[in-house]
Amino acid sequence: MLGLEKKDVTLLAVVALLAFAAPFILNPFPEGSEMAQFNAGYPDLMQRFVIFGIFAIGYNILFGLTGYLSFGHAAFLGVGSYSAVWMFKLLSMNVIPAIILSIIVAGLFSLVIGFVSLRRSGIYFSILTLAFAQMSFNLAYSVLTPITNGETGLQLTLNDPRILGASTGADGSIPVTSLFGIEMRSTYEMHAGAWLFQFNAGYYVCAIILVAAFYLAMRIFRSPFGLMLRAVKTNQTRLNYTGLNARPYTLAAFVISGMYAGLAGGLMASMDPLAGADRMQWTASGEVVLMTILGGTGTLLGPVLGAGFIKYFENIFSKINDNVLHGWFAALPDGLEDTLVFIVHPFVGKGWNMTLGLMFMAVVIFLPGGLMEGGQRLAKLFRKKDKPSGDDSEHHPKQAPHVAE
Amino acid sequence: MDAILLQTLNGLDKGSAYALIALGLTLIFGTLGVVNFAHGALFMLGAFCAVTVSKLLTLSFETVDPTRVDFLGNPLKVKTAYVESWFGPEFGGALIDWAVPLSILFAIPVMIGIGYVVERGLIKHFYKRPHADQILVTFGLAIVLQEVVKYFFGANPIPTPAPDAFKGSFDFGALIGMEANAIIYPYWRMVYFFFAAVIIGAVFAFLQFTTFGMVVRAGMADRETVGLLGINIDKKFTIMFGIAAAVAGLAGAMYAPINSPNYHMGMDFLVLSFVVVVVGGMGSLPGAVLAGFMLGILESFASMNAIKSLLPGIDQIIIYVVAIIILLTRPRGLMGRKGVMED
Amino acid sequence: MSKTTLTRRGVLKTGAVAGSGLALPTIFTASSASAFTNEPTGGSVTFGFNVPQTGPYADEGADELRAYELAVEHLNGDGDGGMLNTFSSKALQGNGILGKKVDFVTGDTQTKSDAARASAKSMIEKDGAIMITGGSSSGVAVAVQGLCQEAGVIFMAALTHSNDTTGKDKKANGFRHFFNAYMSGAALAPVLAKRYGSDRRAYHLTADYTWGWTQEESIAAATEAFGWETVEKVRTPLAATDFSSYIAPVLNSGADVLILNHYGGNMVNSLTNAVQFGLRDKMVNGKQFEIVVPLYSELMAKGAGENIKGILGSTNWSWTLQDEGTKAFVKSFGTKYGFPPSNAAQTSYAQTILYADAVARAGSFNPCAVVEALEGFEFDGLGNGPTLYRAEDHQCFKDVLVMQGKENPANEYDLLEIVDITPRAQVEYAPDHPMFAGGSLGKCNPGA
Repeated sequence: MLGLEKKDVTLLAVVALLAFAAPFILNPFPEGSEMAQFNAGYPDLMQRFVIFGIFAIGYNILFGLTGYLSFGHAAFLGVGSYSAVWMFKLLSMNVIPAIILSIIVAGLFSLVIGFVSLRRSGIYFSILTLAFAQMSFNLAYSVLTPITNGETGLQLTLNDPRILGASTGADGSIPVTSLFGIEMRSTYEMHAGAWLFQFNAGYYVCAIILVAAFYLAMRIFRSPFGLMLRAVKTNQTRLNYTGLNARPYTLAAFVISGMYAGLAGGLMASMDPLAGADRMQWTASGEVVLMTILGGTGTLLGPVLGAGFIKYFENIFSKINDNVLHGWFAALPDGLEDTLVFIVHPFVGKGWNMTLGLMFMAVVIFLPGGLMEGGQRLAKLFRKKDKPSGDDSEHHPKQAPHVAE
Repeated sequence: MDAILLQTLNGLDKGSAYALIALGLTLIFGTLGVVNFAHGALFMLGAFCAVTVSKLLTLSFETVDPTRVDFLGNPLKVKTAYVESWFGPEFGGALIDWAVPLSILFAIPVMIGIGYVVERGLIKHFYKRPHADQILVTFGLAIVLQEVVKYFFGANPIPTPAPDAFKGSFDFGALIGMEANAIIYPYWRMVYFFFAAVIIGAVFAFLQFTTFGMVVRAGMADRETVGLLGINIDKKFTIMFGIAAAVAGLAGAMYAPINSPNYHMGMDFLVLSFVVVVVGGMGSLPGAVLAGFMLGILESFASMNAIKSLLPGIDQIIIYVVAIIILLTRPRGLMGRKGVMED
Repeated sequence: MSKTTLTRRGVLKTGAVAGSGLALPTIFTASSASAFTNEPTGGSVTFGFNVPQTGPYADEGADELRAYELAVEHLNGDGDGGMLNTFSSKALQGNGILGKKVDFVTGDTQTKSDAARASAKSMIEKDGAIMITGGSSSGVAVAVQGLCQEAGVIFMAALTHSNDTTGKDKKANGFRHFFNAYMSGAALAPVLAKRYGSDRRAYHLTADYTWGWTQEESIAAATEAFGWETVEKVRTPLAATDFSSYIAPVLNSGADVLILNHYGGNMVNSLTNAVQFGLRDKMVNGKQFEIVVPLYSELMAKGAGENIKGILGSTNWSWTLQDEGTKAFVKSFGTKYGFPPSNAAQTSYAQTILYADAVARAGSFNPCAVVEALEGFEFDGLGNGPTLYRAEDHQCFKDVLVMQGKENPANEYDLLEIVDITPRAQVEYAPDHPMFAGGSLGKCNPGA
């Protein structure tokens, strides 16, 4: 089915199910309860999960398959965002042309950068991509302000021409992004008992694109092209000796992943029409590397999990303040309550970075294959209950996804 | 002419900071083969060694002065530093004044200790792991170190002045017969330059002229063979890591008076230090130092008004432009060794 | 937003529905029953405090948060009431707002537009915040202000100093109490001319981004009006940490004043570097060389340490003022936290009180009613003297302080002293002043 093996069809179905049911899955706690703090089922965060998931899936096509560690992919995301916002400013508020343009522009941009950077390999390649991305960021922030609007970020205004749409909405405000009339921001709320579920049009557009992007990545992974990319990673020298030139393949992978980044950027702008230079900073490039490694390099689902993991911490843990903590532990005696708040305090709210850092270390120390390995271990635990435990894969030689060994 | 001389001076000073950081990084990254994203954090910890020493020296007890009031109208609490009450204001004051140079004595053992713990406790297990895992674990470590510092010292920069004797600047112009104020340079930055030169010299001498250094150099070239010879190369590498941490720490401690340290200063230097090391060429100590000074000087030149008016924004990107040009013309950077981190 | 309703309500609103004129476009998550976004229906109302909690401005954000929590305390009738007692409007009773208890959620902007918008959105979509306030940079403030306009909630800007926030990027749902770059220039220039003479040559170092440019433009225009000459305007990269290569050429340029259009870490480093180079000990053109920092903050002063002594700059407010409002605020803040508030804290506190008061006077949380109540509102007793919220651009007009680094601080908080209180009339400008032109407020947006 769909040109996939049965196992892959199942995986795709699971991804689609998770994506479409996310408003339920991510909102397990009733409204108003203390645990509602951990709910992530609101439109903005769900959109972010999916968009960064797409970004990471694309990045994984380059890094996971070929082993080329790019440190500049945020530049493509940024370029995609800028293109999309310009499309909204000049053409119309429909997201389709905006997303198409952002993919094309990011593709061209990555073609140029990839062509130059892929002349080197290993760390030299990484630094070249980093240099290009940092140049883009620094210039977008300062000299290129007429195009990027610098620090403030590119925004829509009431004076934009929008030749195929209206400059101003019916009520005199800036029109909103839409897909043939369906506004991206419109949300249907479902109250079920104490629960509130939010179904957002924009989120479902993102989710459909995620499933498509996942399907495409799956096809690439399973194709002869994907096999060739793996060969590049395993031993490029040997590949060269067989008379094959690896460069066109790696360049293709680079451009494809750049287009994925552009798609993510375009989607981001479609959900929220603003493009800031921050998106191109090296920390943003680093973030997608971390997402991929954290989830499991070279696995299909891993990068999506990694993206969700990081975004969850950024958006949920940063909002837990002392007030919330006191609310949680209010049932306990005063002394104990204060002690617990004191202990938890450094790890939440303004300390969310600390928790994230500790999680990075914990994952890489205990789950060398990333979150996917954790999932596999769990699955193994359930499947082989009869098998004696003590199966410590850490001490087994595993096919680790090497970057540049 | 004087502008060029001035910017060369500036570049040497900037470059000495870059070279010091890159030197430590290349010991870990270029030779032990560990992509150490925590190196910037080690530099930051060094700067906070200086902050800690100055805080410790100014640790004070409070006495209430009933004749004056504080901002809420309560009697004013006057602070007196312990060292001043123990050693008298004269010597105690001098101790406080010299906090930054004194912090070197504190930073060396502390940083070697931190380096030792990090290597034994964490990095050791990652020599054979993929670079991706090394990135993740060291990045996590960097975040944790930063957050710990932020928790204790806050996010605001903390002024850590140089001793009074090094305040102000030296008039180079007058020395070489130019008019006064044409080329001035702060004393402390000159101290930093010479300090960097001494450290760089010491590290080179150590690797070049001691048996230990010889074994380490052999280990870099071929770890397996050295191991087969019955030499415990792992232990040597631990010490190497400690030294690298100490170099980063000293670079940071002495840097504190130049820019007030804050908890994320390491991240500001991280990207730059990687660029310097790679431009210098993987696995080459002289390359790292050379690249550090070169990028420092070019960065200074790029910030000259004449050049900026010609190419607006060039000072924003000069480092990256140079990095791209060098990496495209010289495949392994300035002095890189073949086969290190290349595939 | 009712949280216990069993019925399914609300429809998937499409552009067609909006276009039919039956309803305004649905923004975010208002259910069809409410008149505006996040209409509070229970016994409490939620504010969103969106401040930097990580990154270089984390300490500034922490101080803003302290002030917000204090304001909430006072609104709910706890504590000593602070500036509620001195505030000229008496609409607030100390029993919450319109009888509803004030609740709050906090978020981390990371001083990045994207993160700030994500955080504000989560407050609006998840926590039902009716008002968002905070910020530590103009980029973030403009980004969040735009979001609040689209979402139909009120944005009360805290720290944002760029002319654009109430200039070309102004929005009907956004309000700024803090002063701006133009006012800094207008307040500083006369003092500079008086103190340093009108025959001065200025060298500008400017952070190379939007705020830096507006600051440079404002102060250059203001000083030139007093006869100063601008020798050079040099842009420095935002990411720069070592400014030596920009400062070294200053002495040779023939300039005798260095103006640092920098903020935060940039300012601490550039000032520290400038003092290191001994600029302030030099004589140029027969005059003492001077350094000016147009925008000061207490935390920056602390970060720069001894280097700020004698250097002139401007602030929105200072805890050393002696009016009743300031005294009340410093007392309740100082009692609670043990140190005096920064001017970031004061603007945050004032913005919260002003919003609450506007709701109480309007008798409704509807953003449009709040906008109406705040526009043209004249008040006093919040520490800045008589103040006007101008209707044309939602900018507060009040006295501006010219500050100077103190030579002999009495304690670690006593770093800046007031040199001059520039009267409001002197910093006023027309709403269509060229530095502010190009934008329009648009219409207030109540959301659903």
